[in-house]
Amino acid sequence: MIEARNLTYMYRSPGVAPVTALDRLNFEIRRGQSVGIMGPTGSGKSTLIQNLNGLLRPTGGSLTVDGIRIETASKKQMSVLRSRVGIVFQFPEQQLFEATVFADVAFGPRNLRLAAAEVEKRVARALEAVGLPGEQFARRSPLALSGGQKRRVAIAGVLAMQPQLLILDEPTAGLDPGGRRRFLQMVRALRQEQPGLTILMVTHRAEELAGWVDRVLVLHEGRLLMAGSEHEVFTRTDELTAIGLQPPVSAVVFNRLRQFGWELNSEALQPEEAAKLIAGCWHKRMEEKAKCCGT
Amino acid sequence: MLRDLTVGMYLPGNSRLHSLHPGAKIIATAILMLAVFLVTSMSGCLVLAAVLFGLWGLAGLSPRLLVQGFRPLLWVLLLVLPLQLFFTPGPPLAVWGPLAISSTGVEGSLWLLYRLAALVAISSLLTLTTSPVALADGLEQLLAPLAKVRFPAHEMAMVISIALRFIPLLGEEADIIGKAQKSRGAALDSGNLGQRSKAAVAFLVPMILASFRRADELALAMESRCYRGGAGRTRLRRTRIGAAEILAVLGAAAVALIAGGRW
Repeated sequence: MIEARNLTYMYRSPGVAPVTALDRLNFEIRRGQSVGIMGPTGSGKSTLIQNLNGLLRPTGGSLTVDGIRIETASKKQMSVLRSRVGIVFQFPEQQLFEATVFADVAFGPRNLRLAAAEVEKRVARALEAVGLPGEQFARRSPLALSGGQKRRVAIAGVLAMQPQLLILDEPTAGLDPGGRRRFLQMVRALRQEQPGLTILMVTHRAEELAGWVDRVLVLHEGRLLMAGSEHEVFTRTDELTAIGLQPPVSAVVFNRLRQFGWELNSEALQPEEAAKLIAGCWHKRMEEKAKCCGT
Repeated sequence: MLRDLTVGMYLPGNSRLHSLHPGAKIIATAILMLAVFLVTSMSGCLVLAAVLFGLWGLAGLSPRLLVQGFRPLLWVLLLVLPLQLFFTPGPPLAVWGPLAISSTGVEGSLWLLYRLAALVAISSLLTLTTSPVALADGLEQLLAPLAKVRFPAHEMAMVISIALRFIPLLGEEADIIGKAQKSRGAALDSGNLGQRSKAAVAFLVPMILASFRRADELALAMESRCYRGGAGRTRLRRTRIGAAEILAVLGAAAVALIAGGRW
């Protein structure tokens, strides 16, 4: 689905030295995979995303998305690419502009010149997917909804284009914990309903990725610092902390417990799992203690 | 788009032009702009151009920046030049069907080109070497005498400095919204007129909303930090008028007179 070879992007602006935002990235993402991208502010996450649908073109190396070479893509290929790669930008609620929720969600599909019936079908499905049933919301003004609902309308607007690759750029920023949870449930549901959909999610919170992504990429100062399964990446807690990220609390606790001599053989990134493993280990320790002291 | 504008951009530096009193710089800029319209001869043009290049160098700015500043002008020229070329009465140079290019038309077009370019260069010179804060300060000091006749000098200066500050901010906003809508297939830079105007709505509505929101937030932030207008406010940086400032203003006046052929 995505193949980056020495992908490099430099920002050039007048009178200022060029800034290397992406520095020779190499990675591959297969169709249907869910991938989390983490990195501190300024690490190049947003630049990477914008390269993926050709809003920015690589200044070095090569990038292929869904068979299209971004560096050399023609205008026609570019519009095909845009219809296959859906990006939900940060604070997407700010891009809403139509008079009704329906019209706003239909904006993308209409730009694809789909028949009216097909547009209607897609809008209904997209609104359903984000948990805003059409009969209740379609006729309302998107600007009159709550912040969380606006965001879901914006996401529906991208989903309605039925992209092959869905990119979410810090989709939970500014949501309250409940809103965040609902959002993550929505993404998981989406993943189950559309197994062929490749999902890329940028976030600062490791916990939001734990338990459902296939891979995690960590960017730091434009370079790919880590790439691997969530277990491989999130257990490197000290390194993550050093570059200003927050590893999952469970992983940190596990690492500390090991330092105290606890024998924890497997990893846990979510609190429920972690609690079970810690409880099990604690029982074992108590039993051993009871045995050796011969009570 | 808005991001590539040189006018309104500020580049920090240590040149003599950077450290000049902003009020003096504004006056000198105004005089030089006046000079652009006083110039009527080729030699005057050359004098003014030489002075501008000299100042550009003195400010330590790269020539590339100047070229970049001219780029948005192209659109204006594309619109105005044909009118100027074809609709100025005078002895015809070339006739092409109903259209005729007159020598006065060509002359007028060249003057138009020169004046626009010079004005862009002069105003960029001011904003590139003067931070928005300094600019507003200078303006306020220049307008201060008018406060006696109840002219809101401070408020005026504040409005202008906020407007200048908003240019790059709105530029960023435009960038983000433009990209978001393009990702949804909006024909912002392709397609026919109908598609483009529809895309323009998709771009402008969020932009206007964003500006209102920003203005609202800024007003709230200012009020919550006890902003009550100019009365009793002091400045962090006090600037003084010295020999360099007097020289700058007199120099600008001299350039205007020489280039304008009035001396």
